[in-house]
Amino acid sequence: MPAISLTHYVVLSALLFSIGLFGVLTKRNAVAVLICIELMLNAVNINLVAFSKYITPADFVGQIFSIFVITVAAAEVGVGLAIIIAIYRNRLSVNLDDFDWLKW
Amino acid sequence: MLVEFAMQHAWLVPLLPACAFVVIVFLARPWQLLSAIVAVGSMATACFFATLAAIGIFTNHEYVEKPLVYATRWFSLGLPGMPDLRIDVGVQLDPVSAMMLFMVSFIATFIFLYSIGYMKGDPGYSVFFSYLSLFGASMLLLVLSSNLLQMFVAWELVGLCSYLLIGFYTHKISAREAAKKAFVTCRIADFGLLLGLLSLQIVFGTLNLTELAGKIEHFEEFTSFGMLTLIAVLVFIGPIGKSGQFPLHVWLPDAMEGPTPVSALIHAATMVVAGVYLVGRTMFLFHEVPSAMQLVAVTGGFTALFAATIAITQREIKRILAYSTVSQLGYMMLALGVGSLSASMFHLWTHAFFKALMFLGAGSVLTALHHKADVWEMGGLVKKMPITAWTFVIGGLAIAGIPPFAGFWSKDEILVSALNSGHYVLFAMAAFTAFLTAFYMWRMIFLAFFGAENPANHPQESPWTMTVPLLVLSVGACLAGLLGTPWHNVWGEWIRFGEAHEGPVNYGAMLLSIVLAGAGIFLAYTLYLKDAKKKRARKMAEWFGPVYRMLYNKYYIDELYLWFNHALVDGTAKLFYLFDIYVVDGIVNGIGAFARLSGDGLRVFQSGRLQNYVLVFFLGVLAVAVLMAFSGSTTAAGLVLGGVK
Amino acid sequence: METSIYSVIAFYGLAITILGNATLVIFARNIVHSVLFLAVTFIAMGGLFLLLDADFLAAVQVLVYAGAVCIMVVFGIMLIQRSDMKATNLFNRQTFAGAGLVALVVAMCAVFAGRTAWTDLVAAGEVPANTVQAIGELMLSKYVIPFEVAALLLLVALIGAIVIARDEEVKANAGN
Repeated sequence: MPAISLTHYVVLSALLFSIGLFGVLTKRNAVAVLICIELMLNAVNINLVAFSKYITPADFVGQIFSIFVITVAAAEVGVGLAIIIAIYRNRLSVNLDDFDWLKW
Repeated sequence: MLVEFAMQHAWLVPLLPACAFVVIVFLARPWQLLSAIVAVGSMATACFFATLAAIGIFTNHEYVEKPLVYATRWFSLGLPGMPDLRIDVGVQLDPVSAMMLFMVSFIATFIFLYSIGYMKGDPGYSVFFSYLSLFGASMLLLVLSSNLLQMFVAWELVGLCSYLLIGFYTHKISAREAAKKAFVTCRIADFGLLLGLLSLQIVFGTLNLTELAGKIEHFEEFTSFGMLTLIAVLVFIGPIGKSGQFPLHVWLPDAMEGPTPVSALIHAATMVVAGVYLVGRTMFLFHEVPSAMQLVAVTGGFTALFAATIAITQREIKRILAYSTVSQLGYMMLALGVGSLSASMFHLWTHAFFKALMFLGAGSVLTALHHKADVWEMGGLVKKMPITAWTFVIGGLAIAGIPPFAGFWSKDEILVSALNSGHYVLFAMAAFTAFLTAFYMWRMIFLAFFGAENPANHPQESPWTMTVPLLVLSVGACLAGLLGTPWHNVWGEWIRFGEAHEGPVNYGAMLLSIVLAGAGIFLAYTLYLKDAKKKRARKMAEWFGPVYRMLYNKYYIDELYLWFNHALVDGTAKLFYLFDIYVVDGIVNGIGAFARLSGDGLRVFQSGRLQNYVLVFFLGVLAVAVLMAFSGSTTAAGLVLGGVK
Repeated sequence: METSIYSVIAFYGLAITILGNATLVIFARNIVHSVLFLAVTFIAMGGLFLLLDADFLAAVQVLVYAGAVCIMVVFGIMLIQRSDMKATNLFNRQTFAGAGLVALVVAMCAVFAGRTAWTDLVAAGEVPANTVQAIGELMLSKYVIPFEVAALLLLVALIGAIVIARDEEVKANAGN
């Protein structure tokens, strides 16, 4: 049995990122899209921590980056949910197919 | 003393009516009588000064060779790579301009006076007098110009005023049309004149008449003979339009749509003679180019005959007079063309008197008959309007060429000069025209003033403001010719180009002229007066059926121009219209359509949906990554590939 | 660096859990179920962090993600999805286009991974046992400014979220 190498983590991260991206692109529910963004951020975190362990084990740079990513993710979920609630209050819908406001 | 003053201040003559124009427009307009007094007073004062100046010139024979010129620099331009442009303005006083100055201001004064009565009750009374003043001022300025550009400005001012005055009855469509016709026709001709003047300026570097005369005398130093011919022809195009020569005569008969004093002014004093005067002024140019002289002579001779034949068949009194003006102007041109400035100016001078007289007489008749213009519907007016009728008869005698009335002497002078210069065909044409002139004039006079009265008319003699000018002008028509009798030709000594030539008195030509005039009058008498029912006249008309109709329709020249306009101008316009619609608009619309269609195409991409945008965004990321990885760019590839090759 | 069979088994187990639950998050038709699968994914991720010798991060992951974020999302769903929860998490019209793009992204990653010469990545140096103390010291010394900025960011996000989500009527009442 081969040892678990950096490659394994990178592949895992890539797959998780792809799953998250697929969700972001294809889900109809705005909350689901928000969740999928969290998945993508987690995929990034896996990368950061894995590289931290395998390349700079003594520096913790990757781990500290991950902490910041988690911070930002938490903030993002908070604000994102607030926006979704505000939209829902106006439109009574969180279906992204109903929203094509980005055109004039 | 006063004569000296008038000669040195000749510029006052055009300035006075110009001031009258300003005063009427800005101050006197609400008060009709005041406007009229200002106009007439200023013109009379101008006439007074002009008379003094003319006397001064007349008593000094040397002025033919040495004109009095008071000029100043108007503007000068120095452009790099071009000869300097210097334009002067000034007054040039010599016998020709002095004579014109006197004639124009004198005739204009009486026409102004006449207008007081004629225009009574017209809503545009003051405006009419302001236009008249400007008209007179422009013509006087033209006459006095020492520089051709200055003359051109005055020339255009005259054209403008004629436009305003011909179209004075703005409520009449025909008047508006006639004004436009006059303006456009003259504009066509002025284009030629302008080209000629520009060429003169370019070739000789000056437009001052005296300098130009000196330089053209030895033109070989400046330009070729062909160029000079071209310039002469171009300059002549202007007078063709202004003086109503064939083929640009069409506006002049229509110009009678204006009030009658305007017709008189245009035909006698201020407008049409400008062309003759211009050719006379630039005689030094034409003198050097025999072919241009020939052109002038032929144009004049042909126009004289041509217009006279038309006049035979016309029915409206003013129209007959208009064609007779065209014909007489042809005489003047003919005289210029055969080299006799003296004869031309003499005829201009006598013509001014009797033509003004006849137009004013016609105006008097029209006022009495409430603008019923057809001579066939008049008749016997002599009983009710004696002054008008008898002065008109004097005018008729003068234009027909019965001695001792004015027209005889000048016409004889022209015939003799044509004969002396060897233009026998032109002489024959002119002689025949003299016969026709006598015939159609007396046809009109017999029909209108003699014979049976038309019971439908209730004519009345006109007020004194109208009859006094008639009387004064009829005196002029009687006596104006005595200045230039062949026995003692004061005129020829005074007004001439080059040497005065005293030939032997040509009694043969004189006799021929009298016989022809008498024959014309007699023919008119037999056809229109003796034969009370005019059977023979009708028979004649039937006999000459097609010819009669052609003459009555003025050789279909108007129709020809109309057809030409429709066929060629409208056709080309249509062509350009299509070009404009399909090519020019096509390009513009094509650009618009391209923008719109590409917008339509591109808006598919702007769905407004966030996830769409994310999709495209990642496609872009993908593309950039692939590009970076495979393009071999080291830093970019390094970024994507983790720093390892 | 230990390369025991247990860590290999643990890695694969966790990897399968993570990917499987992430897939379920996408394909669940009920949004509440999605959030539950998400929580499982997050917890498995914490396990993965333990495997990577990042014990502090594993704790943070479980607390923040599995705890706070998931609960917050559930609260959000409860605030907006008032009717039936079935079929609340469907695909939109560009599913196949999205799938294609994702396939391309995966392919690209695969190509790049294949082209990259991975060397000496298995046996790195020892990771210190006590990561919490080291991270704490770094946070308050070398990374103190990002740390404070992150704190500020959280504050701003907190206030912003409140402002955005607040009801207009409440604001009007507060104004009165």
